[in-house]
Order: sequence, then structure tokens, then C-alpha cells
Amino acid sequence: MQADLVIIGGGLNGPALALAAAGAGMTSVVVDPLAAETRAAPGFDGRAYALALASRRMLGVLGLWEGLAPHAQPILEIKASDGRPGEGAAPFFLHFHHGELEEGAMGHMLEDRILRPALLQAMAEAPRITHLPGRAAVDHGAGPAGITGTLDEATRIAGARAGGCDGRDSPAARREGIARIGWGYAQTALVCAVGHERPHGGVAHQFFMPGGPLAILPLPGNRSSIVWTEAEDRAAGIAALDDAGVVEVLRPRFGDFLGEIRLEGARFSYPLRLSLAERFVGARLALAGDAAHGIHPIAGQGLNLGLRDVAALAEVLAEAQRRGEDIGASDVLARYQRWRRFDTAALALATDGVNRLFSNDNAALRLARDLGMGMVSALPALRRGFMRQAAGLNGDLPRLLQGQPL
Amino acid sequence: MQTETRARPAPANTVDAAEVAKFEAMAAEWWDTQGKFKPLHMLNPCRLDYITAQIAAEFDRDLSSPRPFEGLRLLDIGCGGGLLSEPMARLGAEVVGADAAERNIPVARLHAEQSGLKIDYRHTTAEALAEAGEVFDGLLNMEVVEHVADPLAYLRACHDLLRPGGLMVCSTINRNPKSFAMAIVGAEYVMRWLPRGTHEWRKFITPDELFALLREAGLDPVDRKGFVFNPLSWSWSLSARDLSVNYVTASIRR
Repeated sequence: MQADLVIIGGGLNGPALALAAAGAGMTSVVVDPLAAETRAAPGFDGRAYALALASRRMLGVLGLWEGLAPHAQPILEIKASDGRPGEGAAPFFLHFHHGELEEGAMGHMLEDRILRPALLQAMAEAPRITHLPGRAAVDHGAGPAGITGTLDEATRIAGARAGGCDGRDSPAARREGIARIGWGYAQTALVCAVGHERPHGGVAHQFFMPGGPLAILPLPGNRSSIVWTEAEDRAAGIAALDDAGVVEVLRPRFGDFLGEIRLEGARFSYPLRLSLAERFVGARLALAGDAAHGIHPIAGQGLNLGLRDVAALAEVLAEAQRRGEDIGASDVLARYQRWRRFDTAALALATDGVNRLFSNDNAALRLARDLGMGMVSALPALRRGFMRQAAGLNGDLPRLLQGQPL
Repeated sequence: MQTETRARPAPANTVDAAEVAKFEAMAAEWWDTQGKFKPLHMLNPCRLDYITAQIAAEFDRDLSSPRPFEGLRLLDIGCGGGLLSEPMARLGAEVVGADAAERNIPVARLHAEQSGLKIDYRHTTAEALAEAGEVFDGLLNMEVVEHVADPLAYLRACHDLLRPGGLMVCSTINRNPKSFAMAIVGAEYVMRWLPRGTHEWRKFITPDELFALLREAGLDPVDRKGFVFNPLSWSWSLSARDLSVNYVTASIRR
């Protein structure tokens, strides 16, 4: 089997890379260790992504957004505030309204059960993409003419280069000897969906609690996705409760602004840690998404950051291909690394800093936070900067994220 | 780029193992993006952007289609290790790579073979190929003209190598105080990018002089752009206005 690209990993970034590359005329084989049935559409389970505006534009160019839009919930406002359970929000809070951005909604909430099957469907329809579900890449080796991936059952795939989109523990990166830096946060993110009495009006909330942030993100209908971060031991206690017990603990944090709440769908918990690959490239190998960087989910930027990698990588490869360059050559891959690494490290460290500052009950820090937030609210230019960052509109944007084809 | 010619009796098909090892080391050197030819590797994407755009425009090819240069016969003069020949072959062209430095030929051959590309590398000169009646659709004449003894005679040979309507892309270095400072003092003495004595400033040619020479040789110049080095991004880009040091031209055989 032969293709321009061998993509290891079939989550979200792998298929997105295959689709972006196909749009630029490149063929790819996507090796996905999960079976097709596992990836198939489940019922409502509450997992959802906060898609930044730039990511939405990219899905548009990939031909996916039109089908996704009816299922997505626009985020019209973001309110961030400092709080303690039972006390409600602090007097100062950050408030961002989409009217301040000329680009429209600040982002969209999209459920995992909608996005995954859409990516699978698009791959199935693309003649340049071969999807191999339920197959694992056990080895890969680079030579002067290309890369060979070896699958279980000894199938070999030849390509010009490989993209590692195989998650935070990236076996592809490990085989390449790429070290990782990072640390745990002794925190766990509890992810689930809640149904509520009153409509959310498209408002996303982020409450900074001493145990960690609580994000309430609007889903279609009277539902919101919540990302609830707590200290590890506390989170384990909460995860062990039944639904009614969880609601009891959640209610004082959540408040009553949406009326009565109840849990819907499944509950997930993710231990939080920062994990950055020391290098994003190896011999004919480029890492993208969580394989390159797993960050704190505080700002919901994980998928957006992954799509930024994909857009930058696809653009670098498409340009190299048009010039007749060897798309797996070290100088070509170095261009991708130069483009992405600074941005990634900056965002990872910024979200880490925000989490450390806010996951704290120190009175002086609380005051500083309240004053800082009040000041940002008062300064239009600074506010717009925050909003554009959240919408993914800052930095040297790859073409796909500007909504332009490669 | 041309380097000095050195007599070496062994043709490629009868080389011994020690020779092969030496060629492998030299191929690795030519293609090491951080090594001796780093400045050329840095300039290469920019050169390729210009060359591919000019060929695509002249022969009406779509660069986003697979093997867009299929059916075109191209000559790369001063091919060195094949830094331009390989991309052209990958884009589908039938490529002849010629270099006056004999030792470059087996090196380029070896690398093309490793890369799975078919390229006809020859130890010869433009004049000899013209003499033999070879004809091409396109000529890559990059960073050569400032090294030849008689530029007009050389460009006449280039003209003869093109079919009528054929395209030549020719780059060289401007002659002015800035190019002296950048290309000789900067590149050879300060940065040590190139060996001292690589260039002789008085052999540099201004764009107007080159256009005049091209016309005299029977070619119609159709375009010129500058290659500009940006020390902040540490990369080269094309410029429509700044031709003060490195520049490139496109011309068509009448």
C-alpha cells in the first residue's frame, strides 16, 4: 500500500489532516487503532468541543461545516468570574459579547457525536484517503525515499512522510526518541452535560473556583456541557457518587441562574496534565495535536490548537509538494515546527499560569484577580485582544484557518 | 552553482566500493540542510517558487495537479548535487542535469537513485550540449552566468539549447556596492556561507546588462524579480522591487 502520507491516529486531527491534504491533491492512509464501530455515532453523551471561529472556518474549507452548522450552538457571550461555592460570583467579572467582534459568533459548541461521524463520512467519500480502522502502527522507519509504516499482521505502508496524530502518549513519538516535558496538576476534569429549566441564551460561563475552573458551555436546546475541574481526591469522591449526589455537589457551584438542573448523558473524568513534546518533528515524522502537546483544558483550546497544527502542516506540505520538494525532508518539516512550536508553548504556559493563579483561595490573590478582571472589563482594547485570542484569530494564521483553500 | 573541475578517471558504472563510500559522503554533504550547502538550501524554496510559477505560466500547467510538468524536457545547468533537478523530476519533467564539475555527477546520480527519481546526469557543459544538438523546453540557468568567462557566448549556447518558444530561468548577482558588501564581504568573509574567492565582484551583472545580453543572444526577457534575504525571519523571499543583490529573470527564445 502506498500514499503520500501515512497518518497514525484516527481521532479528530488525523482525519482532519487527511482531508486537508486531500484538498491539496495529496493521498493518505489513516491508521486508526480503534475499530469503526467504536468511532460510530453513539447517542447523546455530553462530550462537546468549543470550536473557535478559526476552526469553524477550517471545517468550512474542508466541506464539513455546512452539515455541522445545524447541530452547533453559537457562543454569543462569554462571562468569566471568580467565585466560591455558595457565594456566587465576585462583583467584578469579565464579559465578552460577540457584538464587539466583527466576525460574528465567538465560537460554536459542537458535540463529539456529531463531529466524529462527520469526519469519518468525509474520509469515506474522499477518493484520496484510505482509512484503516482497527489497525495499529507497530513500527515505522524512515529512509531517503520515504517512510514505511508496519501494521499489525505485517502490512506495510509506504509514504513520503508520516504524521503522528496518535495522542498524548504518542507511540510514534516514542519510537522516534522524542522526549516529553510536562507535569500533572493533581486535578481531574469531570465532563458531563446538564439539562436546565431556563434557556442559556448562548452564554458560556467560566467560574474560577478554588478547586479549579468550572466551565458551563451552551449546547443546542436547554442543555449545557460542563467541564468541572477539581482536586484529584475530591474529583474521585464526586465521580463515585450517583447522579443525584453529583447534582447536590454541583448545584451550589453552578448557581440557580438557569433554574433547576439535572445530569444528562454519560460522565467522563480526565486527569489533567501538561505534556509537550520536546520536538514536533523527527525523521520524516511530524507530530500534531495531543501527540505534540496536551494542555490544560481551561480555555477549551485543545482541539483548536490541534486543528491549527493540522492547518499549518497541511499548508507547509502543500507548498512543498507544489515546488517539487521532498515533502518528508527535514528542512520542510522544520518549517512546520518553526511555525507551530512557539504558539503552542506560549498557549500551554499561559493556560498553566491562569490555572495556577485561579485555582487558589488565597485572599490576596482573590483580590488581585477581582481587580485584574475589573480592569480588563474596563479596557476595550485589552478586551478585544482576549476575545480574538479565544476566537483563534491571533498569530500567523494558516490559510485554512482564514477560510481559504490551500 | 559550479565548483572547480577536477579530473577523475572513473565513470560511474565502474566505481569501486571506496569511491562509492566517498560519493555517499558527498551526497550527504550536498543534501545536508545544515551543512556546507546551507545557504543554497535556504534559498531553494524561493528559487523553486519562481521556477515552478514561470514554467506553469509559460506551459499552462496546474501546479496543484499530480506531476504537472509531465511531457516537458528540462535542462539544469550547473546541477551540483541535484537540488533543482530532483524537484523538477518529482513534478514529472524529463530532466537532464549537467555539471562541469565531474565529481558532482556520481553524487547527484546516487542521491536521485536513493530518492527513487530518474534523472539523466551528465558531466558536460551547455556549449557541448548545444554542439550535440540537444533541445529542451526549459532551461534552469541558476547562479552560473557570473562564473563564466564569456557571458554572451554562454547565453548564445543556452539560446541554441531551447526550442523556439522555450523558457529560460536565469539568476545571478547584481553589481553595485551593496552586492559587494552582501555577496562577497557578507557571504564569503563574515558568514563564511561560501568559500572565499567563490565570486569575483567585477563579473557580476546588472539586470539591465543581463537583459541586453539576453536580447543579443536571441532571447526575449519577460520577467525579473529579486531574491531578498530577511535577517529577521532568516529566510529568502521574492521581491518585485528589490533586485539589488540576488535576482532572477525569465526569458523566451524567439
